[in-house]
Amino acid sequence: MSTLTDPPKESFRLSMLIYDTRYRSATIQVVAMIGFMILIGSIISNTVHNLTDLGKEPSFSFLSEPAGYDINQRLLDYDNQDSHMRASLIGLLNTLVVAVLGCITATILGVIIGVLRLSSNWLVARLMTIYVEMFRNVPVLLWIVFIMAILIETLPAPRAFRGDTPEATMSVFDSVAVTNRGVYVPEPLFHNSLGNIHVFGDSALRFDVSLDLMAFLIVLGGSLYASMRIRKWADALQESTGRRPTIWHIRAAVVIVPSALLMLVLGFHLGYPELKGFNFSGGTHLRNSLIALWLALSLYTAAFIAEIVRSGILAISKGQTEAAAALGLRPKRIMNLVVLPQALRVIIPPLISNYLNLTKNSSLAIAVGYMDLTGTLMGITMNQTGRELETVLLGMLVYLTISLLISSAMNWYNNRVKLVER
Amino acid sequence: MNNSVFFGALTVAGLAAGAAAAGTLDDVKARDKLNCGVSTGLVGFSAPNANGEWEGFDIAVCRAVAAAVLGDPSKVEYVPTTGKTRFTALASGEVDVLARNTTWTFSRDVDLKFEFIGVNYYDGQGFMIPKELGVSSAKELDGATVCIQTGTTTELNLADFFRANNISYEPVPIETNAEARQQYLAGACDVYTTDASGLAATRATFDDPSNHVILPEIISKEPLGPLVRHGDNEWGDVVRWTLNALVAAEELGITSANMSEKAAGTDNPEINRLLGSEGNLGEMLGLDADWAQKALAAGGNYGEIFAKTIGEDTPVGLARGLNAQWTDGGLLYAPPFR
Repeated sequence: MSTLTDPPKESFRLSMLIYDTRYRSATIQVVAMIGFMILIGSIISNTVHNLTDLGKEPSFSFLSEPAGYDINQRLLDYDNQDSHMRASLIGLLNTLVVAVLGCITATILGVIIGVLRLSSNWLVARLMTIYVEMFRNVPVLLWIVFIMAILIETLPAPRAFRGDTPEATMSVFDSVAVTNRGVYVPEPLFHNSLGNIHVFGDSALRFDVSLDLMAFLIVLGGSLYASMRIRKWADALQESTGRRPTIWHIRAAVVIVPSALLMLVLGFHLGYPELKGFNFSGGTHLRNSLIALWLALSLYTAAFIAEIVRSGILAISKGQTEAAAALGLRPKRIMNLVVLPQALRVIIPPLISNYLNLTKNSSLAIAVGYMDLTGTLMGITMNQTGRELETVLLGMLVYLTISLLISSAMNWYNNRVKLVER
Repeated sequence: MNNSVFFGALTVAGLAAGAAAAGTLDDVKARDKLNCGVSTGLVGFSAPNANGEWEGFDIAVCRAVAAAVLGDPSKVEYVPTTGKTRFTALASGEVDVLARNTTWTFSRDVDLKFEFIGVNYYDGQGFMIPKELGVSSAKELDGATVCIQTGTTTELNLADFFRANNISYEPVPIETNAEARQQYLAGACDVYTTDASGLAATRATFDDPSNHVILPEIISKEPLGPLVRHGDNEWGDVVRWTLNALVAAEELGITSANMSEKAAGTDNPEINRLLGSEGNLGEMLGLDADWAQKALAAGGNYGEIFAKTIGEDTPVGLARGLNAQWTDGGLLYAPPFR
């Protein structure tokens, strides 16, 4: 008969931190952590100390000083007496505009090209291969500069539109002016405008909310909801009786009529651009710099997205396609109903990083003089105030925030479409 | 526990950083090389020539300082800087002196903690516009599209000018002079604005310079000068008086041709003091007695440098104008060497 005895209880000794395997890894981690903290601390303190020696204590007070410079493309009101903070905000909005526009066009183009690259048509597939290889293998900065150069050198200057027999004329029923300073398109105007609501008074974050736009969005949202209810009703009817009523004309009317009525009440009309003095005035001015940056970023990123889409489609087992074909589905429906929904699970994660890349690449805007966050906060503001460290840190923080927001939004979407395993 | 270690580390690092601060003059002598911040290329002011050697009006300042301190004008390391990077390069100690047509302004002098040691070119901001547009004054530019180099004082002057005259404009920001030239010639902007000297230099490179006019309005004062870090007054004195020596030499009639003759001793005591045959000005600066001679030997006096790099016989073709000696109605006025 054997008896179990507890091993002798050893009291904790300091040397056990090193020699006892139970504690050793924790000891190593604590030491490494302390070393890391010392390193970071010394870097920070060294920077602060040296800047103080130079008489430049880190300070963000410059943000409230008047900026003094003008910005050509501004989504909110701004003049050169506004603060650097306001100027940075205008720049940030410009960054977001080009990032959002770029992501949308790049996705549409990328999906089309990716699908066409798998086409059984030899010519189409080869053309798409050439497109992908061409855009993917040239730095995006060169594409930006190249497109800008084409826009500037080949399109007519506004002064070419002048005179009785002008060298250039406006296109699309005299409503769109394509010049080497950008494209002027008609803008929506209202005779009986509801006006704006001003938010945040005089602060750097102030902005106006257009009541016309709000009214339009509310009406449109309401009619889309009504249209959805009609479809649900038709679905239910089909389920129960097997007979589907014709509803497309009702749904179209529900969407179009209220919006059109609202437009009529507000006195909707278009403001056309016209040549006045040195430039066109009136209409909306899409500047060259925006167009060049937008196009270049979209075309470049579309090449990557096309490859992601292709790999996603190829990841779906061929059996799925064959099974769908055996059921009598046509190729287009196989793609839309069977392949793409499953391919999305493979496509979305790498797509996120391409959206992030596009957003970060938009900081190349300065090459064509597009006033994004890099151009305002980390460009002119940095130069005029001499606050390199502060502006760059702020800029990094903003880009980090944007990127994290994009990736969390996309991760949420990914979680929704991913395969639910049981 | 981690926190106390962290703050301990902060203190140690802080002490270590405080101990490192020596005079720039000693640094330069020990290194036997002057680090000089220049532009990335502006013909006439600082640009590499066909042999890859830097030359120009601003380069001459670097060479003169190197000659005065180290006795050899070629002991210069040129560090090309852009409008954006120039101040960081100087503040961080990457360069000892910044000679890069930089405008002397209050905030750069006071807030950015630099020391402008004088003015080597008096400039002002102007506008260039094609003749066919028929504009004769900058006040007629309402609604015009203006090309402008970003990150410079010109940007602020432009905003001020249009605001003061209550007219509007559309700025097209660009990075370099070459880009501005391309956009301006293609008609993507109506007007190009920068320092008048820069406009003249750019217009000189056009195929048809006569079809472009520089408008009469000069909307700003742009005193361009070399600068050093604030707080090292001995080094500031060396650079300041080297520049003054170049200016004074022209006023006193000392040229690279007659310098050795005058160095032997003349009956003008100021020349003797400047060239070191009398007094101990060099010693006061911490340099050799013949420091000014070496500086002048590097490229001649101010007038000779001007004529060689940006004067009327060069492609840039600038007249002396404000940059003539005060005795000729200009603004150049070196304090006495005494």
